[in-house]
Amino acid sequence: MTDNGNPTGWSRRRFLQTGAATTAGLGALSFSGTAPTGFVRNAWAQDFRNNPGNSDTVTLGFNVPQTGPYAEEGKDELRAYKLAVKHLNGEGDGGMLNTMQPTALKGNGILGKKVDYVTGDTQTKSDAARASAKRMIERDGVVMVTGGSSSGVAVSVQALCQDMGVIFMAGLTHANDTTGKDRRRYGFRHFFNAHMSAAALGPVLKEQMGTNRKSYMLVADYNWGWSVEESMKNVTEEMGWETVNALRTPLGTSDYSQYLTPVRDSGADVLFLIHYGGDMVNSLTQAVQFGLKDATVNGKPFEIVVPLYSRVMAQGAGEAVAGIYGSTNWHWSLQNEGSEAFVKSFGEEYGFPPSQAAHTCYVQTLLYANAVESAGTFYPPEVIKFLEGFEFTGMGNGDTLYRAADHQAFKPVLVVKGNDDPQSQFDLLEVVKEVPTEEIMYPADLYPGNLGPYEV
Amino acid sequence: MASITHFNPSTPKRDLAVMGIFALVVLTAPIWATPIGANYPDLLQRFAIFGIFAIGYNLLFGLTGYLSFGHAAFLGVGSYAAVWIFKLLTMNAILAVAFGMLVAAVFAVAIGYVALRRAGIYFAILTLAFAQMSYRLAYSVLTPITNGETGLTLDGNDPRVIDALFGGGGEGIPNPSLFGLELTGYAAFYFCAVVLILAFWVSLKIFRSPFGLKLLAIKSNQTRMRFTGYNTRPYVLTVFVISGMYAGLAGSLMAVTDPLAGAERMVWTASGEVVLMTILGGAGTLVGPMLGAVLIKYAENIFSAVNDSQLADLFGFLPEPVTDLMVGVASLFVGEGWHLTLGLLFMAIVIFLPGGMMEGLYRIGGAIRRRRAGGRAADNSAVTQPSE
Repeated sequence: MTDNGNPTGWSRRRFLQTGAATTAGLGALSFSGTAPTGFVRNAWAQDFRNNPGNSDTVTLGFNVPQTGPYAEEGKDELRAYKLAVKHLNGEGDGGMLNTMQPTALKGNGILGKKVDYVTGDTQTKSDAARASAKRMIERDGVVMVTGGSSSGVAVSVQALCQDMGVIFMAGLTHANDTTGKDRRRYGFRHFFNAHMSAAALGPVLKEQMGTNRKSYMLVADYNWGWSVEESMKNVTEEMGWETVNALRTPLGTSDYSQYLTPVRDSGADVLFLIHYGGDMVNSLTQAVQFGLKDATVNGKPFEIVVPLYSRVMAQGAGEAVAGIYGSTNWHWSLQNEGSEAFVKSFGEEYGFPPSQAAHTCYVQTLLYANAVESAGTFYPPEVIKFLEGFEFTGMGNGDTLYRAADHQAFKPVLVVKGNDDPQSQFDLLEVVKEVPTEEIMYPADLYPGNLGPYEV
Repeated sequence: MASITHFNPSTPKRDLAVMGIFALVVLTAPIWATPIGANYPDLLQRFAIFGIFAIGYNLLFGLTGYLSFGHAAFLGVGSYAAVWIFKLLTMNAILAVAFGMLVAAVFAVAIGYVALRRAGIYFAILTLAFAQMSYRLAYSVLTPITNGETGLTLDGNDPRVIDALFGGGGEGIPNPSLFGLELTGYAAFYFCAVVLILAFWVSLKIFRSPFGLKLLAIKSNQTRMRFTGYNTRPYVLTVFVISGMYAGLAGSLMAVTDPLAGAERMVWTASGEVVLMTILGGAGTLVGPMLGAVLIKYAENIFSAVNDSQLADLFGFLPEPVTDLMVGVASLFVGEGWHLTLGLLFMAIVIFLPGGMMEGLYRIGGAIRRRRAGGRAADNSAVTQPSE
């Protein structure tokens, strides 16, 4: 058969070239180790999804919002993750690796394997977050997925990780549901939750604003907002406050004027802004522009409360935050060994102090690494059993317990206030009170849920 | 607007060949997707699902020229319907898919009946308004049915009446299945792939049918069509409903591969995405929308995941300052900047290839044919019939 007489145009030469290319493609497949794993799931007990086996490296998946209303928080989380990977691999000054107790980490990766990572953008949407997490699990072979910063996203990714048998270390997620009704065996949360915020804020608000107040709530309309609304209502109504209205606003709103107008005419004298990230920056700035902060209603000064505060948000809102109360999981100005070590290495790396989101993500990564190192295996059920009931300290929050019954971490909560006279652009919040763990503790069955099986 | 919709008097034999090649390419996706880093079940499922969505959209937009800007509403409705079947009746995918299509069809009749009273920009605005209404309803008003922004998910306490009847249910939440075959990973992809091939076949049949011809006539001149005695509205409404059912099918498949339904699937950008897919691939062509869907989903899932350290590895062979520069420039277009890449690509295609990627392929094919014909002109000047 000559080239000229070949009607399909397939010469011997082209055939050989194509064949070589196909072989190379298949070779790349087997070489990179991303061969289909979908068929072999549950093949036998000790083999588990994405077992790093004899590989020199182990991959973690950092799934954070890089676009959408929580993008600023997400970017800070990513910085913290990268720092944690550095420290785990023995680069840099080691950060909290030096202050964590007890620890099995040696700064030589996890179980001697160098830590590698992949990143993904959750877009602050459940669909996109799950797609991104699936890519990490199915293609990149991650042993652990971590990230935030929205409870809607956290709950749906956590459920996915349970189904797929990959551990999920929740980043910033504050809804009660995450370790309440939607708790999962494969999910762990170090961050505090709405119940704890309300329990910590309640007494301070009572002291500052009295027992005869009328409150109005603007609530981010998804599971986190609903959760905070419920918890804040419980606490404030118990101390004699009246809730005039709780108005739900869509996530990602930029103009809050339509929601703020009714607040003035409602007769309420306290406004709860249950918003986070860019949404809170917008709603708080606009509430201040509306003159709410300087208003006097019912003969009392009008107050604004932001139940979940963060430094990134305070920076976005600027002067508007002065004198406004809220709660936070951690703040960079804390004077303890762990916090100082973390702030120092983060500051040297990036030139500014970390946010609470960055802190919780950094800690979660170290906790997972330590659990694997201590359990001596990546096999998820063993890692989970180690983390359940794990008590540790030196991670910036003092003594902390990972409760086995719901995988929620318990530690002191900070009540903060917007600084009236900030010394620097980062010195925007001052810690009013460190509420001890006993005061914010609640029984695990208060928000009933089912963890599910160890083996999936 | 320039259109490359040619009416090809096609032979059944050629259609069969097109179907065969299409089926082969779809079913071998795990092989050809490997070198481009797309070989993992979730993304392949997405290729198939959004392929169905775009093929269905193309039936409306490509054939009649009616630009609907609210197709995501049908996708979302299909998802919700499927998840509710999973919650209440059974995890069997067939019932969920059937119900998803049915509910989407009912929705399409209602929306189509009103929106099709107008054409052109007014039709687009009406569909957009309906889709945004559906989104807002799902987001807040209908929270008991849709669970608002959090999204509708399965729960261990769901009744699942039919499954319970057959003694099903164990610990944890079951996966969607096809008569006992669990639809996860590659099994779910092949399920979607078979549905995609069927959907493509139906679309091909519609393109070749007298009905399809009438739709094309409506696109070229509706007034003249009316003068010849046709009442055009029933035809457009029919294809609108079919197109809506395709979207409902895609939505319910999304629920099958991942049993979760969220309001964000109905937001207007999701409607815009399917328009982009169709135009990018080539509106009015058979395969074009599928190509567009693959391109956009690939960009969304792969480009968005590239980070700086991977770029540094890629350009690592260059001297360090050059590497830094290249990484700095390239990082604008990957990671969170993937929208920028897509935007530039879209502009390039619309400006240089108004007929989409299919026009590009036709041009390449034409150039090859001309070259080959030129080379053979001496001994075989009669070659006029292309083999493709």
